[in-house]
Amino acid sequence: MLRLDSLGQRYGEHRVLHDISLTVPDGQLLCVVGPSGCGKSTLLRTIAGLLPAHEGTVSIDGDPVVGVPDRLAVVFQDYGRSLFPWLSVRENVALPLRRRGMARAERRNEAERILERVGLGGVGRRHPWQLSGGMQQRVAIARALVCRPSLLLMDEPFGSLDAQTREDLEDLLLDVHRAEGTTIVFVTHDIDESVYVGDRVVVLSAGPGSRVVLDLPVGLPGEREQIGTRGLAEFVALRAEVGRTVRG
Amino acid sequence: MSRGVRSALLRWGVLVVAVAGWQVVARAHGSVYFPPPADIAGHAYDLWFSGPVGHAFLTAEAVDNILPSLGRMATGFAIAAVAGIALGIAVGRSRRTYALCNPVLQFARAIPPPALVPVFVVVFDFGTPMQLASIVFSAVWPVLINTADGARNTDPLRLEVAAVLRLTAPERLWLLLLPSALPRIFAGLRLSLSLCLILMVFSELLPGTANGIGFTLTDAQSRSDLLTVWAALVLLGALGHLLNTGLLAVEKRLLGRGRPV
Repeated sequence: MLRLDSLGQRYGEHRVLHDISLTVPDGQLLCVVGPSGCGKSTLLRTIAGLLPAHEGTVSIDGDPVVGVPDRLAVVFQDYGRSLFPWLSVRENVALPLRRRGMARAERRNEAERILERVGLGGVGRRHPWQLSGGMQQRVAIARALVCRPSLLLMDEPFGSLDAQTREDLEDLLLDVHRAEGTTIVFVTHDIDESVYVGDRVVVLSAGPGSRVVLDLPVGLPGEREQIGTRGLAEFVALRAEVGRTVRG
Repeated sequence: MSRGVRSALLRWGVLVVAVAGWQVVARAHGSVYFPPPADIAGHAYDLWFSGPVGHAFLTAEAVDNILPSLGRMATGFAIAAVAGIALGIAVGRSRRTYALCNPVLQFARAIPPPALVPVFVVVFDFGTPMQLASIVFSAVWPVLINTADGARNTDPLRLEVAAVLRLTAPERLWLLLLPSALPRIFAGLRLSLSLCLILMVFSELLPGTANGIGFTLTDAQSRSDLLTVWAALVLLGALGHLLNTGLLAVEKRLLGRGRPV
C-alpha cells in the first residue's frame, strides 16, 4: 500500500505541492491528472525517492520512502532519453536484473521473455534508435516490468506518441495490470486517457501549491475496449466531471 | 566515372597535383635545399624501408630511430589517455569538483606545451623520462578537460534512470558516464594525439638524445644532409596522418554502435 501523508514540496520559495494525502491500495491503477505545470512530475519523483519530501511523508507498506525503494520501477515520457542508446534493446531491458545477482544468460532469457510479453519478440539485438517511438516506449515498459515491481510509476508515458500507438499501449498496460496486479500510479494530462485506464482518477489543482481537488473512483467494467468503452454513458459522464474539474 | 574514382580524385587530387608540381619545379631548379619529391621518397626508401623481409622491410636505421620514437609517443599517449579519462571522470562527476578544478585546468591547458620542456629537462635531466614527461604533461589536458565536460553533461534524465535502476557506482560509470562522455573523450584524444607527435619530435631535438626521428633530423642537419631532413619531415607528416586515421577508425567503430548515424 502506498500512502502519502500531508505531502508538501517546494523549489526554494516556489510552492509546488501542498498537503497531499492519498492512500493507494495494492493493485490499484491510480491516474493523476492536472493542468500542465501543476507538479504531477514532482509528485511522481517524490514517490520514487528521487526528491526528498519537503513536508509530510511518503510510505510504502508502512516504511517511509528514503531514497529509491526496492521493487519500484518508473517509465518516463521521454523514451529517447530514458533508454541507453549505446546498449542493445535486450541489454537495456536486462539492466534492472543486475542487482538481482543473476547470471548473464539468465538475465538475457528473462529480458527476451519480457520483450515477447510487450510484443517485441525478436528485436532484442537491435539498438533503441533503430525502433519507432512506440516500440521504444514498449522497451522502456519492458525494462520497468522485468524486475516484477510492486509499484510502477508512469510519467505521461504515452504523451509523445501518435493516437493509434497510444491506444495500443494503453491496452497493453491494462492487460499487464490485469495479469500482474501491480500497483500503478499513472500521471497524464490527457483526461480521456485517465478515465480509460484508471481504476481511480485524482485531479490536482493548478499551481502554485497544488492540492487534490477531485478523487473519483472509475466504476467502468474491468474489461475495457477502445471504441466500446469510450462510448459508454458512464465514461462520458466521468470524463465530463474530470474535465470540468481540471479546467476549474 | 564511378563514385569511388570521383571521391578518390576529390580526396587525393590536390595532393597529387601539388607533389607533381613540386617535382617539376624542384627538378628544373636543381637547388640542393629543395630536392625533388622522387629523390626524397627514394632516399627514405633506402634509409628506412629497404630492410630484410624478416624485419618487415625495416632497415637497422629505421629500427634504431623510428621505433623508439613511436614507442615514446605510444607510451606517452597511453599514459595521457588513461590519466586524462580517469581524472576527467573524477572531476566531471560532480558539479562542485568541476567548478573547483576548472580554473586550474584552463590555466594548465593555456600553457604552450613546448614551454614546459625546459622544466622537465631540469627535473629529469636529458633522456627518456624527460621526453615522456613532456609528452604526457602536454597531451593530458585536452583529454582531461573534454572528458570532464562530457561526464558533466550526462543527461539528467539518464542519471535519474540510473538512480531508479539503483545501479552501483561502477555500473553507473561503465554503463552511463563513460558512454555519455565518449564522443567528447575522442575529441580530446584526437587533439592529444597531434600534441604527442609534436612533443615527441620536439623533445628529441634537444641535446642528450641518442636516437629517434627528432634526433635523425638534428643529426642530418648538422651534417648538412638535407635529403634526410626532408625525408624525416615527410615521414612525420605521413605518421601523423596514419595515426589520426587509425584513431578515427576506432572512434567510428565505438561510437557507431550507440548512435543514429
